[in-house]
Amino acid sequence: MSEVVNVKFAGLGGQGILTCTDILGRVVFDMGNDVKKAEVHGMSQRGGSITSDLRFGDKVLSPMISAGQADFLIVMGEDQVEANQHFLKEGGILVKPSDFDVDQLTNKRTLNVALLGALSKHMEFPVEQWMDAVRAQLPERLHEVNEAAFMLGRGE
Amino acid sequence: MSSERKLMSGNEAVALGTKHAGCALGVGYPGTPSTEILENYAKLADCKAQWAPNEKVALEVGIGVAFAGTRTIVTMKHVGLNVAADPLFTVAYTGVTGGMVLAVADDPGMASSQNEQDSRNYARAAGVPLLEPADSQEAYDMTKLAFEISERWNQPVILRLSTRVCHSKTIVVPSDSKEVPAAHYERDIKGRVMIPAYARPAHKKMRAKLAEIEAWNNAEGPNPIIGNSSKLGIIANGVSALHAQEAAPDAKVMKLGMVYPLPMKAILEFIDSVEECIIIEESDPFIQTEVQAAGGKVRPRLERYRYGELDVVRVKRIIDGDDSEEAAPPRGKPPQLCDGCPHRASFQLLKNIGCTITGDIGCYTLSVLPPFETMDTCICMGGSIGIGLGMRHVLPEEQARKVVSVIGDGTFMHSGLTGVADMICNRPKYGHVIVILDNGTTAMTGLQEHPGTGKTLDHNPSGKTVSLEATCEAMGVDKVVILDPSREMEAFEQAVRDAMASNDLTVIIARRPCILAVVRDAKINRGEKVR
Ligand SMILES: Cc1ncc(C[n+]2csc(CCOP(=O)(O)OP(=O)(O)O)c2C)c(N)n1
Ligand code: SF4
Repeated sequence: MSEVVNVKFAGLGGQGILTCTDILGRVVFDMGNDVKKAEVHGMSQRGGSITSDLRFGDKVLSPMISAGQADFLIVMGEDQVEANQHFLKEGGILVKPSDFDVDQLTNKRTLNVALLGALSKHMEFPVEQWMDAVRAQLPERLHEVNEAAFMLGRGE
Repeated sequence: MSSERKLMSGNEAVALGTKHAGCALGVGYPGTPSTEILENYAKLADCKAQWAPNEKVALEVGIGVAFAGTRTIVTMKHVGLNVAADPLFTVAYTGVTGGMVLAVADDPGMASSQNEQDSRNYARAAGVPLLEPADSQEAYDMTKLAFEISERWNQPVILRLSTRVCHSKTIVVPSDSKEVPAAHYERDIKGRVMIPAYARPAHKKMRAKLAEIEAWNNAEGPNPIIGNSSKLGIIANGVSALHAQEAAPDAKVMKLGMVYPLPMKAILEFIDSVEECIIIEESDPFIQTEVQAAGGKVRPRLERYRYGELDVVRVKRIIDGDDSEEAAPPRGKPPQLCDGCPHRASFQLLKNIGCTITGDIGCYTLSVLPPFETMDTCICMGGSIGIGLGMRHVLPEEQARKVVSVIGDGTFMHSGLTGVADMICNRPKYGHVIVILDNGTTAMTGLQEHPGTGKTLDHNPSGKTVSLEATCEAMGVDKVVILDPSREMEAFEQAVRDAMASNDLTVIIARRPCILAVVRDAKINRGEKVR
């Protein structure tokens, strides 16, 4: 049985972390994995901190990622690192906006998808699979700009 | 029939399970984390759903549907069941004809609630069977099972959910679906009119049903045993069972799906089959108390784990008997009123005037945090009016005149009207002031409609709008003032000061729409899809 992979997203309400968790969820779901996604929202529309957990593998039990368990931590801003670092396991990977040139984003609201691009470098899923998921989760008029953001994050 | 796998939230799964169970009407009141059940249900083909003005009315409408011989789901958050408790305790006596499921969502850890009460206590207190799913597949399956149990024993059934189950997405493979039964009324006076003479036998009948359901739960209830260790046994319910399986892969886990009435015989046999047994449950020690009362030997849970949500790490600590201080997670950024929120102007003004604010529940409760820090009390929906009146009745004049009840339009419709009736009837000596923050929506829970918006759950016109001002005037309020808090600040300030100085009963309606609702409605008007 393969190990469960734990990916934690952290940001503020309205920054799009739920969307990018859904995109990754779609990728791993389409690849036939068991998937669990947990999030805490409610008052999130008013800009408070939120996190979202995605776990996948052959069989996932608990939907939550506890402290020290995350293989990947994706933060929407450098200011989110401090509050969430404790989730990373030893040797876990932090993905953050400074991993690529944020200024090159044509639309700042695509930062979430660019971060997924940066995350995708550490995962072995084919690019086309990611693109399918981006298109499936976002309305058509946003496809092009988000695909570009993804590739920027991925460094291609 | 479809065997396609889908990734869906617990709330979506309950909605789909309800459709596949053949439900005639979904009714509920919004409340995190339960809200999306009805919103998703309403989007499914041929599914009819509506918001009630509060949970009590929701349950009563549901009882009517079930008395008429067809199926209904009633949704609410945990504190909503307090509001609906009155009908609950007596419909447990009468029972139902068509299937009735109450989907009630608890919020251990209080992600978005004013308390972390445990709804399982209601199941026991009222005598209503309770099922508890651990993930979306179980939410789907148990919704259907709940309808079956409800119809087999003619008893309402609670489907207890939690924030984690409602808002987590996991894989669901849907199965077959049933037709909606035709509604048909048959009179049963002794069964449904609960005068004491008819209620006494009804109570006994209910207890007999529960005994049968317990026997069924022992023999074939949804309580699988996983693993076969003879050392450590764990009894767990809902999502805690998943944490437990992961925290102790070598233990034998009894995963309880029906938590009331408990399958006590099966539980005691399970305890006998292991050297040591622990119960892993969030919130109150509900299972533990029952098991101990039945003579089951279990290691009691440490008190610190009653609070908040469990996860794998905390479950490991419970198993290890670790009572050491837990590391407090670093604090994130607290939520705030949106920039441009109409509540901002209102609270800036009330702060300047220096009122004592008996507050209420909604986005505007955030005014308790900096920069406003302008709310003195918040207990429950509608509480602002009664609490304000109580203070006005007993405080010395100078302090009494400062008391202002502040309530949102949604909350006013939910449970503010009876407070106004009390104010008219039991008039405080120095009058009273109610400010209704009318942003034209139930914003806090995700912008739902209510009777005062004149729209139904799907945002279509309902035909009539319940007018706040006409209602207050008709009830006998001395003075009703309507103004825009952002545009008419001076008039607003004057109105509040005048009202506080006079002995009138004044209602000030601060009317300006929530900016997120404006954006959402513009999308709807353009024909775009909204959440
Ligand atoms: C009994 C009960 N039911 C539901 C809720 C969930 N809830 C919290 S605030 C709220 C209503 C908020 O609407 P409104 O008063 O109009 O204020 P707004 O958020 O729009 O400012 C609801 C339904 C609750 N706290 N208690
Ligand atoms: S959602 Fe609406 S009512 Fe709530 S804080 Fe934002 S603007 Fe104000």
